[in-house]
Amino acid sequence: MHVPDGFIDAPTSAVTGVVAAAAVAVSLRGARRELDERTAPLAGLVAAFIFAVQMLNFPVAAGTSGHLLGGALAAILVGPFTGALCISVVLLMQGILFADGGLTALGVNITNMAIVGVGVAYVVFRGLVKVLPKTRRSITAASFVASVVSVPAAALAFTLLFWIGGTTDVSIGKVATAMVGVHLLIGIGEAAITALTIGAVIAVRPDLVYGARDLRQPLKLRIGGELVDAPAAGAGQPVAARTSRRTLWIGGLVTSLVLAGFVSFYASASPDGLEKVAQDKGFAQSAEKHANADSLLADYGVKDIDNARLSGGLAGVIGVGATVVAGTGIFWAVRRRRTDGAADVSPASTSV
Amino acid sequence: MGAGHAHRLYRHGHSPVHGLPPHTKLAATFAFVVVVVSTPREAMWAFGLYAVLLALVAYVARVPAGFLLKRLLIEVPFVAFAVLMPFVAEGERVEVLGMSLSVSGLWGAWNVLAKGTLGVAASVLLASTTELRELLLGLQRLKLPPLLVQIASFMIRYGDVITDEMRRMRIARESRGFEASGVRHWGVLAKSAGALFIRSYERGERVHLAMVSRGYAGSMPVIDEVTASRAQWSYALALPFAALVVCLLGWSL
Repeated sequence: MHVPDGFIDAPTSAVTGVVAAAAVAVSLRGARRELDERTAPLAGLVAAFIFAVQMLNFPVAAGTSGHLLGGALAAILVGPFTGALCISVVLLMQGILFADGGLTALGVNITNMAIVGVGVAYVVFRGLVKVLPKTRRSITAASFVASVVSVPAAALAFTLLFWIGGTTDVSIGKVATAMVGVHLLIGIGEAAITALTIGAVIAVRPDLVYGARDLRQPLKLRIGGELVDAPAAGAGQPVAARTSRRTLWIGGLVTSLVLAGFVSFYASASPDGLEKVAQDKGFAQSAEKHANADSLLADYGVKDIDNARLSGGLAGVIGVGATVVAGTGIFWAVRRRRTDGAADVSPASTSV
Repeated sequence: MGAGHAHRLYRHGHSPVHGLPPHTKLAATFAFVVVVVSTPREAMWAFGLYAVLLALVAYVARVPAGFLLKRLLIEVPFVAFAVLMPFVAEGERVEVLGMSLSVSGLWGAWNVLAKGTLGVAASVLLASTTELRELLLGLQRLKLPPLLVQIASFMIRYGDVITDEMRRMRIARESRGFEASGVRHWGVLAKSAGALFIRSYERGERVHLAMVSRGYAGSMPVIDEVTASRAQWSYALALPFAALVVCLLGWSL
């Protein structure tokens, strides 16, 4: 999936370059939080590992073989920030040293594989681990599903970029079908290998798997035939994480506002893939108008504002605002319920 | 780094291109590729001129044509993609040799082939005339975050070590009669990958301890500071500026 030069036009490459640079900056900070001062040697060695494991061939059948892309593997083994950072460094070095992936397409490649690939894999993985019982088997299962989803997601991100700034007008439906279809197959292979590899590491050194930290049992001492919690050592970490989470949150909000309000000026005005397919196939007329079609934000533009760009940008900003409010509300509600639940449970567990 | 650590793409030499400071070469390569990508695809002659410019650089750098052409093979998967384009793209169609091809698809295929090939050739020229250590210093001079450059340098330095470790594991597997021939053997290979990760991570911890015991405090000392004179900059930037002239001609004609 290394995109060469000339595949995506210059403006889109520039925008993805800015996005990629911002993402690398964020993951540098995040990696420093995950690894503190050991960042340089450890992230470097993990990047070397990713680079090497991409050369490990897995035979499929009849002489064909595949290899790992490593996004999901990196996210689960060393955490999302370090993982994204390592994949970005690997892509940078492959571009400069081995001419694998164009220099101007570096932003596109990092956006697809490091941001979307690693990000989607980690979000899916965390979600599943939260739901599933806390066993090693469910970590393996979650990493399987995470990689199955992440590879087609990266392919879809490429299709999106190709639609925005592609240099050939191939119908977007065809590109999407071909890319997602092929990468679904690749994703299944990737998922099997990732899950097996995670399983192998967990069997030997579960403490090294970032995604399996929840499996750690608290140290217990047997005093007079009764199990007692050992006093915890070193509890200073969460405070540091909280302050930087706020900066991350503000940074994310500002970025999405900028993207929605400003960059969407430059987004293509042509109908999106589904709409295009619908027009081509003639089922657009038969589709009923959406119930909200008359609402203020219908078709991503504010109704009474004539300037198309201004209206689109404003709609984007309002959309981001509404999403943030809704998301924060849900998050807040969930967290409050969980802390209430935890408060109920904790006295009982200490008494047992 | 000594001679044994030079990467496979590097060709040792003493040409004027080899002698340029690395950050000027990086900047020139990047600017050249940007100019190539923003050239209109209808100006076919412009891409011919770009190729001539690169051939001139290769001649000055004394990189043989065979070496350069062999390195271009990395592009083959995308050539296959480009060949498919005329068949699947939309728009008006023309008959060529009895096949119905899309005009915009033909333009698209040409666009990707020309720009992609020029991009790869420029990167190959950069990599074959610049040593690894120099490349990393150049990236640092171009104001990449120092931590990122450190990570990249560790990846490059230990890349060969880790790859060799993987090769030794393969030899150990094969000398025990293991032969991977299908999906059934993925478990074994994945266990090797897992072991490789543990070894890499533990090596990283050891390297960190070794660095700390030698006084590492978050940044690497820069011993060989590279600077570029105005003459060297102008020499390196001659390539992108020549390309820019061609590009502007391509837009105006």
